[in-house]
Amino acid sequence: MTAKLQAATTVPVGVVAAMGGVVRRDLQASFRQPQDLLNPLLFFMMVVTLFPLGVSPEESFLRQSGSGILWVAALLSTLLSLDHLFRHDFDNGTLEQLVLQPQPLYLLVLAKTLAHWLVTGLPLVLLAPVLAVMLHLEGNSIAILCLTLLIGTPVLSFIGSVGAALTLGLRSGGVLLSLLIIPLYIPVLIFGTGTVAAAAGGASVGAYLALMGAFLVLSVTLAPFASAAALRISLSNS
Amino acid sequence: MSKPLLQATNLQCERDGRVLFDDLSLTIMPATLTRVEGPNGAGKTTLLRILAGLNENYSGEVHWLGAPRAAQREMFQRNLLYIGHRTGIKAALTAQENLAALMAGRHAVSAATLRAALAGTGLAGYEDVPCSQLSAGQQRRVALARLLISDEPLWILDEAFTALDTHGVAALERLLSDHAQRGGAVVVTTHHDLEVPGMQRIRLVPDKVAV
Repeated sequence: MTAKLQAATTVPVGVVAAMGGVVRRDLQASFRQPQDLLNPLLFFMMVVTLFPLGVSPEESFLRQSGSGILWVAALLSTLLSLDHLFRHDFDNGTLEQLVLQPQPLYLLVLAKTLAHWLVTGLPLVLLAPVLAVMLHLEGNSIAILCLTLLIGTPVLSFIGSVGAALTLGLRSGGVLLSLLIIPLYIPVLIFGTGTVAAAAGGASVGAYLALMGAFLVLSVTLAPFASAAALRISLSNS
Repeated sequence: MSKPLLQATNLQCERDGRVLFDDLSLTIMPATLTRVEGPNGAGKTTLLRILAGLNENYSGEVHWLGAPRAAQREMFQRNLLYIGHRTGIKAALTAQENLAALMAGRHAVSAATLRAALAGTGLAGYEDVPCSQLSAGQQRRVALARLLISDEPLWILDEAFTALDTHGVAALERLLSDHAQRGGAVVVTTHHDLEVPGMQRIRLVPDKVAV
């Protein structure tokens, strides 16, 4: 009798296929609503272009502070996009359905955060060289900067996903999200800009990049655990 | 005598300092239809979310096929179909993409099956229309199309009849009683007059519970 009651008549979906489905669906939805995609990118460009206008257009200043400007702008624009990570899905009920999928929530959240990085973080990395040229950075610095952003922006997305999941149930979680997350972003920022500074000073960047890589591995493996737990709490309170 | 699918004992839930229900026990047997009743704010949705495993702010125990549910969450979720008050439809995706997304991670379904299910809920011709352009009732039909391709024995449906027209209501009633006859279990809340022979009623009254 019990065997008949269990859902076993159809082919179950493997966890990799389920993760792929989450990524594909999120990319599809993002490309149908390009404003979500363009907002962080435009914000990133505007912040970077305002610095030469507002502080100083001098080549020496821009060359010295360019990598810092790009990193801060990337950090703020990631922060701006974080609220969307779970909010829409929470409001329309797809998040409930995600949590109820018979798959490890850890891996589904990992896939979801990866999709978030693909639509918000990766475009920043791709746009960064253009803006870096505008800020008079040298070729070698630009390459290192892009490499640090490539390693660093997923860290920002993954750390941010914990905050986004925690503040989901709150009506005005935006400010709290920033307060929670910015302190955790500081080490990434320091090592990201530190790598570029070291490269510009002629020092070896291997150790810096190794540390950034360690941040990436830690955040990708640990943050989804916290996010999944936070999502369950947020859904319990809704 | 068959085993109960879902068994909840001594459920107690508080919300914003108010006791919604206390010492509530219920059993969901296979081949039954259970209706949770009560006025607005009595805790119907909360009870359904607890039974679905979405709300964990409760005390008491929930057993799935006789074993604690917490220890077999994936197994439980594989056998549960929950459609909440918020239907789980993304406005940017088309009807078919939404249905595919709702089936994702559960069991493999072909595009033809998805289209047939949508046609079965009266959405033939709307498969590739973004859900933002569909009416509230049509969006709910997209979510309910899952019932047609479901192999899950336990259905938990919150306000399932909302926004449906009279034909839709009749079709859904039939679908629910068919599922119960095939040996599945249905738990619903609705303000619509649902009358099915042999229906179990759980009445939630603010501050006290009568079964």
